[in-house]
This record gives sequence, C-alpha cells and structure tokens, in this order.
Amino acid sequence: MSAIEILGLEKTYSVGFWQKRQKCALRPLNLSVEEGEIFGFLGPNGAGKTTTLKLLMGLVFPSGGSARILGMEIKDPGMKAQIGFLPEQPYFYDYLTANELLEYYAQLSGVAARERRQKVSQVLARVGLEDVRRTQLRKFSKGMLQRVGIAQAILHDPKVLFFDEPMSGLDPMGRREVRDLMEELKRQGKTVFFSTHILSDAESLCDRVAIIHLGELRGVGAVADLTSSVEGKVEIIWHGTAVPASLKALTSESHITGDTVRAVVREANQDAVIDALRREGMRIISITPVRTSLEEYFVRKLKPSEAAAGVSS
Amino acid sequence: MSSRIVHIASNTFREAVRDHVLYNLIAFALLMSGAAILVGQISIGIERLVVVNLGLAAVSLFGVVIAIFIGIGLVSKEIEKRTLYTVLSRPVERWEFIVGKFLGLAGTLVVNTAFMAIGVFAALLYVSRAFDRADVWVLVALYLIVLQFLMITAIALLFSSFSSPLLSAVFAFSLFVVGSFAEDLRGFAAMVPGLSRWLAMGAAYLVPNFSSLNVITSVAHEQPITRQFILSGSLYALLYTGMALCGAVLIFERRNLK
Repeated sequence: MSAIEILGLEKTYSVGFWQKRQKCALRPLNLSVEEGEIFGFLGPNGAGKTTTLKLLMGLVFPSGGSARILGMEIKDPGMKAQIGFLPEQPYFYDYLTANELLEYYAQLSGVAARERRQKVSQVLARVGLEDVRRTQLRKFSKGMLQRVGIAQAILHDPKVLFFDEPMSGLDPMGRREVRDLMEELKRQGKTVFFSTHILSDAESLCDRVAIIHLGELRGVGAVADLTSSVEGKVEIIWHGTAVPASLKALTSESHITGDTVRAVVREANQDAVIDALRREGMRIISITPVRTSLEEYFVRKLKPSEAAAGVSS
Repeated sequence: MSSRIVHIASNTFREAVRDHVLYNLIAFALLMSGAAILVGQISIGIERLVVVNLGLAAVSLFGVVIAIFIGIGLVSKEIEKRTLYTVLSRPVERWEFIVGKFLGLAGTLVVNTAFMAIGVFAALLYVSRAFDRADVWVLVALYLIVLQFLMITAIALLFSSFSSPLLSAVFAFSLFVVGSFAEDLRGFAAMVPGLSRWLAMGAAYLVPNFSSLNVITSVAHEQPITRQFILSGSLYALLYTGMALCGAVLIFERRNLK
C-alpha cells in the first residue's frame, strides 16, 4: 500500500476584490509515495510545494482531485493521528514553555496521560532542547523554534511525516542533525515527505524526488536513476602541469590546478587517452564516469531563467 | 465533551492569564476602592445605589472590552501567526477548535467577573456596613452580565472567523452599541410605516438585545428580578450565543488557511 497517494489534486484561488480572477496554485497532481521512503518534493520558491502540503494537511481545500494517506481520506480525523507535520518557519504559542507546548500537542494528538510526560522528555532530548524545556518560547532563537517544530511533529510517533523546508533557519550542525533524524525515521520504517529547494539535502537523503514548478509536476523518480544517466563521458585526473599535445584533440575540456590536470573525454576515446598518458609517463589519479547531478536534472526540468532565480545547492 | 475541546479551552485561558488580561482587576479594584471611599463622603442615603450602579457598569464595561478585544483575535491571530497549522494537522476538528476557543475566553471572563464581583460586594460592605437581602439581586445582575459576555464573545468569534482583527473589532463593537439600544430600535420599528417598518423590525430582532439583559438600574433601586425574566433572558442569551457559534463554525469549516 502507498503511504501517500495523490490523485489529480489541484488548487485554484480566486484573487482580486471586485474583479475576481482565478489563480492556479497547483495543477492536477498525481503522485504516489511508498511506505518507508524518504521522498523529496523539490521546487523553487513559489512552486506549489507548501500548497500541496497544506492540501494534504486539510488546511486548504482542493478545487479538484483527492488524496489518501495510509489508505485514509485526508479529511479523516483518524488519519491525522498517524501523521506529523512541520510547517515552514513554524511559529508557536510563545507564552508557553517548550515542555508545556509539547504537553499540549500530546493532549491534542491523543497521547495517553501516563505516557505523555515520558514522550515529551524523550523528544526534547532527541532535538537537544532538554536544558531549555522550562523556558518560554518567546526567548527561543529561530533555530531552536525549528527544533521545537521537529519535536512536535515526531512527538506522537506518527507513521508518516511531512516536513516543509525542515532545514530552514538551521546552522550546519542543525542541518546535519535533521538529516540524521530523517535517516533514523526511515530506519524505524516511517515515511518522510519533505519539501525543499536545497538540492544537496535532497540528493543526500531521498530515495525518490519529485520536481514541481509553477504548480506543475515536472519530473519524478529515484535519485539514483535521475543522477545515473551517464552522459557518455569520463573524467580523467592525472599528475601534470599541462595537457600533452597528443591529447588535445581527444579531450573536450580540461582544467589545470597546481600539478593536477582534470580532463573530460568521450568514453570512446578513454582507452586512447589512457595509453597516451602512459606513454608520456604521467601518473593517473582517477577515472570517473561523468554523471548528471540532481541539480543539473533539476535545472533541465525548469527553463534556464526560472532555474537561476529559484535554485540553491 | 471532547477532551480536545477542554485542552483548547484551557490553553486559551492560560494565554489570557499569561498575556496579563487579569491585570484589569487591579484597575477595577482601584476604581471600586476610590468609589467606595468617595461615595461614603459625598452622598447621603444613596451610597448603595451609587456603588451598585458604578460597580456593575464597570464590571460590564471591563468585560465587554476584554470579550471584544480578545475575541476578535481568537481565530484571526492563530491564522496570521500560523499557530493553527500544527493544531489542525492533528486529530482536531475545526468545530472543536472554535468551541474550545469560545469556552476558554468565556472561562476567562467568568473568573474575571467573579473577582470583580468580590470587589463590588466589598465596596457595598464598606458603604453599607452590612449586607442586605436586596444584594442578592446584584448576583442576578452579574449573572445576566456574564450572559451578555457570552453573546459578545460568540459574536467577536464569528467576525474573527472570516475578517481581520480591526474589522472584527469595528463590527463587534458596533453590534454591541446597537444591541444596547435594541429595545429602542424595536420601539422605533413599531412606529414607522410600510417597508421601513419591516426592515427596522428585522434589524431590531437580528441584533443582540443586550438592553433586555441589563438590569443594573433595577437592582440599584432594590427592585426584584422575576424568575421568569431570568429564565427567558438565559434562554435568549444561550440561543443567540449558540447561533453565533454555529455561524462561526460554518464559516471556519469552509475557510482556506492560506
């Protein structure tokens, strides 16, 4: 069974005060996420990622289509007990302490009273906020609030987790910790669906990704498949300070850094280049097939001008 | 009642307390102490009347201000600050959220009124030196004032479910003012002819009739309030509150939280 099944989900808003016009935030979206996957939902800012998450959370209502999570309709309250959600740049009741906030959310999630205190302590320790559990949230930094957001999402041990830009506002250590947490959740058999525009995060974490832009799905697939399309070229690195004249015709591009030369050659010329380097007495350091990075795949799916505006790696 | 409603209500109460809403009690205490001392010195024979009038009017005014100014933010503030996202993504129905918010603010107002009632009775004791049988009617007046608070809270919540805090405040306060003259509006409607009569009558019965629940003057003059009046007032207030809450739920159930 798919953990998340989206069938033609779409959203159109009416905008304008007097003269209403339709603005399409999400074109009919079809997507399926398997149980136990880490699924990345990628797109530049304003692509429709948050709209999709809000639709799945029941915060906005679809103009068409439907979605099921763990086989249940998105409006089914029973389904909501089994999901966790971290909104983008979360904001919480700042008059509460971290402990009180999580107790409150545990109550709303139906965590049994006898387990509540223990669960709250566990997640606070998990996100590294144990020492400030009695501090009001109004005194928390942005990064600490993001940790509270993660804590409230995993508090009730949900089966499916939705994170909207989970690395936002975190320092490098914090980002690393979130990545570790997601991997840990995957090991526990949870499904993680997260949106991001930071491609390196998606590349290092996700089993599969979908790319969305201007409310339209542009591509979906396993990260390994998307990034393994060999372009028929290899990168050869050797010790040297110049490209021998006999190789110039065989290399499509080359860079010299200090005493290292990096050249890209067609696969068909690979053996000839290696032989030529041996004849010249050059020491080969590495030979690597050139693969498409997720960023390159992403950029290809967007128009060049759009990609430049919205991508960071 | 769903336990989630109770948790939402307790959190709303806690928010009001931590936002220092109950600090108004200090102003009220100062007002009542000053009034009791001043009245004792300048009025002869009507100390009780003045203290009851002033005390109940102050209870009403303080409560209305709290009901409107907190009520208008109950939903809109949660949407604006996006605190609602992590609540509604849990197994919480939208109607439970509205009812919980209403009960939380209603609870705050009841506690606030209870403390102010102690202040009114303390001032009464100070000027009269002893309680009188007629002072029981002060309790009845306080009960009817609390019913008015429930109506205003539900109305503020209704506006908060679809409008901005500023517009909600304007709407709720206007309705409170018009509702305080609802009896006069009904009298006016009875006098005008033709279509205007029906329009005025419709408006008069649509606005909340706060004036029918205002017995401050009667109580100050030690006039008893009949059981039937209390019962019909209670029924009217609860019905109106229920309808306003249903309206808020119906609107909020369909609202996109952009």
